[in-house]
Formats: sequence, structure tokens, C-alpha cells
Amino acid sequence: MKPGSVAIVGAAETDAVGTLPGYSQIALHAEAATNALNNAQLELSDVDGIAGSGASIEVASYLGITPTWIDTTSVGGTSFLLHVRHAAAAIIAGEAKTVLITHGESGRSRVGAPPRVPDPASPSGQYERPYGVSGPPSMFTVPVLRFMRDRGVTHEQLASVAVAQRKWSSQVPRARMRDLITVADVFASPLIAYPFHLLECCLVTDGGGALVVTSADRAADFPTTPVYVLGTGESAEAPIVSQMADFTTSGAFRRSSAAAFAEAGLSHSDIDHLMVYDAFAHLPLYGLEDIGFVGQGEAGAFVEEGNTSPGGRLPMNTNGGGLSYTHTGMYGMFAIQEAVRQLRGEAAAQVEGVRTSFVQGVGGMFMAAGSLILANQRP
Amino acid sequence: MRLGKAHLVQASGRATLYSYVISHRPAPGFEDDAPYAIAVVELEEGPRMMTNIVGVEITPENLVLDMPLHVQFAARGEQQVPVFAPAAGSAS
Repeated sequence: MKPGSVAIVGAAETDAVGTLPGYSQIALHAEAATNALNNAQLELSDVDGIAGSGASIEVASYLGITPTWIDTTSVGGTSFLLHVRHAAAAIIAGEAKTVLITHGESGRSRVGAPPRVPDPASPSGQYERPYGVSGPPSMFTVPVLRFMRDRGVTHEQLASVAVAQRKWSSQVPRARMRDLITVADVFASPLIAYPFHLLECCLVTDGGGALVVTSADRAADFPTTPVYVLGTGESAEAPIVSQMADFTTSGAFRRSSAAAFAEAGLSHSDIDHLMVYDAFAHLPLYGLEDIGFVGQGEAGAFVEEGNTSPGGRLPMNTNGGGLSYTHTGMYGMFAIQEAVRQLRGEAAAQVEGVRTSFVQGVGGMFMAAGSLILANQRP
Repeated sequence: MRLGKAHLVQASGRATLYSYVISHRPAPGFEDDAPYAIAVVELEEGPRMMTNIVGVEITPENLVLDMPLHVQFAARGEQQVPVFAPAAGSAS
């Protein structure tokens, strides 16, 4: 892809995020889609491509869209980053013109959401469930003690991820958690899965978001500030966390982020703003090291010293992230939305002078990864 | 191309503790066990697997990374699954 040849021209979340028992899951998709199309001043009939994590045929039918390009890649919370990448390729190839990517998840209220029934024949069903795993808090977290031991990360540094992100969310009216916290507050919150306390685990909320992606040559026709796609990447590792090759580094993060930098022709010093998917407090530490913003063993101190906090040199997770803003279950859509807001200059906790943003997503338990480099100027 | 062939190896039952969490939110059927350790161990033969640690009070102080472990078998419904206890003579 020639960097900047595709742009995000519509982006919006549902009217509210949080606890929304009055919305079914499909209604969250639909409201997000409507808001994103209104944002771009487009009609449903303008959409020829539809993407989402699994439910896109239902969404298209519900909205009255007849798609001629479909991507239902479903690799967990990072899926939407892959949808942007795939949409960009399709638009450049002439296979789609205007792609609508939607997310809606009744993660908290479970209205019209599929039942969570573990498949006993799946790798997790065979090799994890017999040992009493109870969802992501006891699976996604398993690598961290090895990471902390081998990289010299302290418990205070792990907690400081949650503290730093709350500094951002304290400036974000839509964030679910806005009160400033200290490391002591994190330690005083209940243990969920040692070493993780409640405040080091993401929220569980309802909400949605949607994006409209099209050719950059058309971007000037829209009322919004175009957000250009400069570089993208995707990769995967093991389907279950115990088979991750090395618990101190995500191979999927490394490969997807390196691909995005190579495609964009940029280096780390060119990046003004960073979003790293934070289902749990360790993920931004892996992200900082595996993307290469800091060296191995440096991420804990980097966050603890305030480099990712308001006023720091690498603003990260500026909506408060999954820990403090919202986390429906598949958070990647919200990470992209915040990057778009920062690049448009319309974020609640706006960072001055953001020209480029790096978005790193993770799917499953270190299973899949996606990366996007976005910019508000065409190179 | 051809797929590589898997082959069976007689494992010694010896392993070391690679990483773990101590779960305070038990899965259904595990209510009486919390807090319990969900661990990944490295078998002497190389592969890693998820398991539980048994035979020791489950505390961070007792569960030290790289400690030697030995296999036992525990009933999980109708299955017998491999779990691991501190090896005899190990520090903890």
C-alpha cells in the first residue's frame, strides 16, 4: 500500500458507553454505524463494503445494506484493526469503494449477546478449562510473573499503568472511571488473579463504534478531517496462552508492528501518540517493548516515571483505555476511535500537535495482533 | 510438502514452574479450591503446559519461578488430569 492512499472519513461511538440495558447488541452496532455515517454525511446506500467481528451479515441486513464486499475476520478484540487493513487493500484493489466497519457489544448487560459457552473440544476446552480458568482474568494474566521476573518489572510499576491511565480518564467525561488513584489504591483493591488486582483489570461495559473507510482521493469530499492510513500489520501466535513461545515478549506484537512501520516508512521518533490495547495492566508494558518504543526491561520504569502520562513524551491510552474508559469485550474499536479523535483534534484529553498515532491491538490471549499507523496529513 | 510427524515420548514427570497466577475468582466447580494456582510448567522434555499446583499452600512465597515440580494425577469429573506438586526435597 502506498502510505496515505486510504483514509478514515467517518468515525463515531454509540451515543453512550457503559451500562446500557436498553440496547441489544445489534442496536449498538446500528447506532454506531448510523453515527459514523452521519459523521461522514453519507447514506446507507453509499456503503458497498461491510466488516465486523463475525456479525456483519446480520448488521447489513438490519441496516438495509446490500454488501458486495464482506470481511468478518474474528480474531478477538484486535479484529477491527485487521478490518481497516483489509478494507485498505480492497479499496486500493478496486474491490470496494466505501467500507463500513462496525462494533457493538452488550458485554455487561448481555442483551441479545450470544451465550458464553466454552467448546469442550477447543484447545482451551481441552487444555485450559480442566484447570479452573475463569475467563481472561485467569488466562491473559498467566505470563506476567515470568515477564516481571525476567524483565525486572516491579509490582509498583505494573500498578503504575493503571495510575497513569486514570490521569488521562480524569479528563474524559465519557470515561467510566475518572477518580485519580495511587499505587496504594491499586494494591488495596481486591485480588482477582495474583498479581492482578481489580484496578489492573479492564472494565466490562456495553457500547459500540464504527468507522467509514474510503480512498484518500475522495477524502476531501467529506466534512471531517481525513485520517490517513499510513501503515498496517497483522500477525498471530498460539491459540492458547500456554503455548506462547516466550512469556516475556509477544511475537505477534513484534511482527504486526514491524510491518506497520515498514509500510509507513516511519520510525518510532515519528510517532506522536500511542494506543496499546489494555485488557490488563501488563499489555501496555509488552506493547511498549515489543513495538520498540523502549528496550527490553525498560517499559515498567518508562510508565512509572510518567512518560506516558499527561505531559509525558509518549502520550499513551489517552481515553483512559480499557482499564478506565470502557471495555465491551472487544476493545480494539475504541482504541482506533481515540486515535482518530486525537488526530482530528477533538479528543476530550487532547494532546497538542498530534500528527501521527500508532494503534496496537491484541486478540484472544496474546493470540492475534494488529497494528495501524494513522496520520492527519497525507504524506 | 508433508506435515511433520508427531511422536509419543515417555515423559519423566519432572518439570519446573514457568509462570502462574493465583485465581481468587473460581470457575464453576472450583469454588472450594480458591485461591488456587493456574500455572504453566515446563516439562523436563521441553514442552510447556497449563496445570494446577498442588501439595503446597498456594501463596506467592511458596510458588517461586523455576522451582522443581513433579507430576501427580487429579480427578476432574471423569478425567484424570496431570497436576504438579513441589518435587521432594525442594526448598518449599
